[in-house]
Parts: sequence; structure tokens; C-alpha cells
Amino acid sequence: MNFSELIASSFEALKLNKVRTALAGLGIVIGIGAVIALVSLGQATQQSVQNSIEGLGANLITIIPGSQATAGGVQGGFGTSETLTLDDANAIASANFPSISQVSPELSRRAQVTAGKNNTNTSIIGVTPTYPAVHNVTMDSGTFITASDVASNREVAVLGPTVVSDLFGTGVDPTGQSIRINKIPFTVIGVTVSKGGTGFGNQDDTVFIPITTAQKTVFGVNYISDISLSASSSNDMTQAENDAGYLLLRLHKISNPQSADFSMVSQSDILSTASSVTGTFTALLAGIAAISLLVGGIGIMNIMLVTVIERTREIGLRKALGAKDNTVIQQFLIESIILTIGGGVVGMILGIILSYIISTAISLPFTISLTSIALAIGVSGGIGILFGWYPAKKAADLSPIEALRYE
Amino acid sequence: MDQISVSNVSKIYKTGDVDTTALDNVSFSVKKGEFVAIMGPSGSGKSTLMHILGALDTPTSGTYILDGEQVGKLSKDKLAEIRNRKIGFVFQAFNLLPRTTALKNVELPMTYAGVDKDERIKRAEELLKEVGLGDRMDHTSNQLSGGQMQRVAIARALSMNPAIILADEPTGNISSAQSDEIMHIFQNLQKQGHTIVMITHEPSVARWAERVIHIKDGKIEKEEGNGKGRKK
Repeated sequence: MNFSELIASSFEALKLNKVRTALAGLGIVIGIGAVIALVSLGQATQQSVQNSIEGLGANLITIIPGSQATAGGVQGGFGTSETLTLDDANAIASANFPSISQVSPELSRRAQVTAGKNNTNTSIIGVTPTYPAVHNVTMDSGTFITASDVASNREVAVLGPTVVSDLFGTGVDPTGQSIRINKIPFTVIGVTVSKGGTGFGNQDDTVFIPITTAQKTVFGVNYISDISLSASSSNDMTQAENDAGYLLLRLHKISNPQSADFSMVSQSDILSTASSVTGTFTALLAGIAAISLLVGGIGIMNIMLVTVIERTREIGLRKALGAKDNTVIQQFLIESIILTIGGGVVGMILGIILSYIISTAISLPFTISLTSIALAIGVSGGIGILFGWYPAKKAADLSPIEALRYE
Repeated sequence: MDQISVSNVSKIYKTGDVDTTALDNVSFSVKKGEFVAIMGPSGSGKSTLMHILGALDTPTSGTYILDGEQVGKLSKDKLAEIRNRKIGFVFQAFNLLPRTTALKNVELPMTYAGVDKDERIKRAEELLKEVGLGDRMDHTSNQLSGGQMQRVAIARALSMNPAIILADEPTGNISSAQSDEIMHIFQNLQKQGHTIVMITHEPSVARWAERVIHIKDGKIEKEEGNGKGRKK
């Protein structure tokens, strides 16, 4: 019996009991559908997290005060130390490292901001003119903080769109208006474009002021909370960390890098941490879906075993008429493979539709990888072989005499 | 020339420590073109003998030569091949594939032998016409009467042009009127030169054969000729 005839006869056997065939395949449909939908949702989440981290700024390295692990094993909270100063940032900038394209010293605190009767508690960031280049900030209207604003300690402010709507209502251009930060009056000189609030705090809920004003006038401190660096390219990230790091060690007169009073976090560190988190999340989802696939496979085995018992006489007859053991095994294996691959294809279509609906509903990017499709077909075929083998072997091992006598 | 040669065949079943002798040193032969009936009450060992003749089982001792080939201790696959090429089975319960057309049923042994599809269909159509079912080739087995199903089974048994046709109580599930028709077909097949071995416990059916071998308690009790078999 050649292969195409085997397939044709398997289709006929499956057609004889359509309801049972459909129910047996349903387990695989649900299993494969769940795997495809959940994996693609996981990947979409991964993509979305990655996009928002990259939105923080290209090739970003952040230097924060405080060591990662102090000698006594006690670690200060993020940004609580006061070891970084504006001079540190200026030293890095004036060193003109080829690996570093921009240096942005920042002092961020939360403060009460009022405009007329409205007030809001928001994040105040003292910045220099390099901030927009490092953090991908663009202006919606007006201008950003200039070098002369910083040099002259001016009380000018650039608002994020969320602050604008909190203080002035939507659709209002507040440029030229006056606001008060910690009761000190500031003039609004511009509004930034919305970046969308995702992941690491809402970047739109921010007021930018000159860093010198922030230090001297508003908060009365002489340190800064972090220095953001833009590496010249993604290949220069490590070099940039080394250049800035060793310079700061020299400035702070620390010989052992282990006892540095600052730490560095690169965007790629954050990215790899985030993607390992979302990767685990995706694997977890896939694992749950795989269990339903396993249950579907056992369902197929169950149905095939029932089929073998029900067709005992037929198997005996086939063997009496000259079917070899291998022919019988092939026949039953092909039936279960058709069942699982058929279920796999239907499940795949269902999974794609499902993940499209869900990702549209919660506005995630819709991604379907070719790998997951290939995997779905491969896995469902594999399940057909795995769970079809035992029933097929059982059919082939039937003695033709016993099988013919079976009532 | 002997088509079937059985010499000193014994079959012993072991269940635990107890040996049950189903066949005890049986010897006989069947010539090409003969129509032989094997008769005996239930438990006489005739089913065991049929299984050995049909290459469904192998003897514990003794030799069985079918069409010049020794059917002794062969592998399962080799036995399957012998059943396919040399033996045409006709069963009491017909054993057609359920919900499958008569034509497909007759084709089945030929598909296992790897016969080309066009040739298979041509041969199956010829055989179905020969047993008088030319107008029912596309009927499925559940749309046929008992006699018609057995005729499909006979056509199927003939499809590989086997050395012997082995019929096990071929009329056991058929009304007596139709059973005569079936026996006529066997008689015609013999006239065309086919060798037929029929197992039965009914004397009225055994009368159609040329020679009757009586078997009892695993041994051949007696052999008797029926002259030229029952006339039409």
C-alpha cells in the first residue's frame, strides 16, 4: 500500500465518525491556539517594554550616587547619597571623550506646583540644555532651557503635557504664564511633546527648570541626583562607562573601583533585565499553554485507543488479508497525525485571531513569529506520533485469530 | 500434485502447567483443484486446523507445505505475505470493512500486495461481476444482504488468485436459500480449477464437497469420498 493511499484511507476512517474526530482534534485546537496566542502576547509585551525603555534615550548611561554594595554590606537607597556634583558632570563634558556624545546632569525631586487656584505634586527636574538630546525630548511649543538660563539662574520652567493639563486644563498654551514651585514664581517658556506614560514613571508629568536654579533657589542643595550620558553609538557603551567611571574615580580620589561612591546603569542593563523578566513571563504563559497541549495529546491517545478496540475485528481482517504489522502501525499513526496536524492548523488560525483581538483591545503591537507557526505544526505532528504510537503498536500486536473472534 | 500437504502436525496450547492438545499428529493432503470439507463437532480441533492451514498460526510440530512452500516457523511478516498471496479467506461473519463499498472491499488484498490502482479496480469489477454483483459494486457493506456480503467476500478471496480458498462455515450466517447459491459459486470455482478447503459442522453443507475429512478430539477420525460431490 503506497503512502498516498494510506493517507486517503486514513481520511476515510476519520470521516466515518465525524463527531468523534472533531472532539479528539478539539484538544489540540485549544492547546495550539493557547500556545500561539499566549506566546504572541508575551512577545508583544516584550516589544512594548523594549520600545518604552529605548524611548528613555538612545544609548543611555546613568550615573547615580552611592555604591552598589558598601563595605559594611549596607546599601543606600537609590539617589540618596550626595556624592555627585555639577563639577563632576562638567569634568566629563570637558574631557571630550570620543565615546560620549552628550552629558546631562540632573537634579530631580518632587515638589508642589501651583498656578492660580490649581496645584499638583509633580516631579521637578533641574536640567541643562543637553537634556533633550540625551532623553529624546522634543518641544511642542516654546523653547527648552538654554545655557544662559542655567548660567543666570533664571526662574523659567518647561512643562510636560500632563502638568499643563493639571494646571491649565487641556488645549491651553501656557507659554508666558506664571507658576509657583515651592512658592517661588517661575515663567513658563515651553511645553514638551507627550512621550506616553509607560513603565518607568510618567515622563509627561514633569517640570524642567535650570539645574542651577533647582540647586540654589528651589531645593538649596549643592549636589545633583544623577548624570545621564549619551554614548556615541551602541558599540561605545562599555567604553563610555569606562571613560566616565575612571574619570570620576580620579576626581573623587578613589583608587579601588570596588569602593566607588557612585554606580552606573546602562540602558542595555535595563533592557536585558526587562527582557529577561518579560522572557520569563512569556515562558510561563507558554508553559501553561503547553499543559493544555499535553492534555490534548492524551485526549488523542484516549480516542485512538478506543478506536483500536472498536476496530479490533477490522484489524484482524486486515492482518488476515495480508497487512503486515508495519502497515497497521502506519495506518493508525497517520490517522493520529492527520488528527493532530489538522487540529494544529485550526488552533493556529484561532490563536492568531485571538492574539490579534487581544492585542488590539489593549493596544499592544500585534506580532506573529514564523517560528511559533512552524513550532505549532511541528509540535502537533510530534504529538500525533508520540501519543499515536502506543495505540498503533497495540493494534499491530493484536493476534489476527483473537482479533477476528472479537465480538 | 499436492496443493496442501500436512504431515504429523500437532498443536499444543500451554496454559500455566497444563498442556492442551488441540491437534494430535494430523496428516492429510489436498490435490490441486480438489474441493475438501473438514467436518467435526465444536472442540474437535477444526478451528485450530483452519488457523494453521490459513497461516494465521504455526504448528507446534510437524510440517505444512502449501503450494510448494513450507509454512512452518516463519516470521509474522512472512506469514502475512503468504496469507496475502496464497490464501483466500471466506469467513462465517463475512468480515467486510464496515461502511465501505463492495469494490473497495474486493480491492483490499490487492492494495496490500501493492497492485496498481487501475489494475486493482479492473480486477475487482471483473470478480464482482463473476459472483453476480455487477450492479452493486458501489453499495456499502451495510446495504447488502447476507448472501450478497458473502459473495463480496468470495470475490475478495479470489482477488489475489490464491493457491487455496479457505472457507470457514461460509453459510453459517446466511438463510438456507441463499446458502445454496453460495455453495453453487464454490462448485463453479472448483470447476474453474480452484482448490477449496471448507470447514463446517453441517453435513448438508459438507455434501457439496468431493471429499470429507472428519476430525474429532484433534485426530482424523475418517475420510470419505462424496463421489463427484453433489450434483447441481
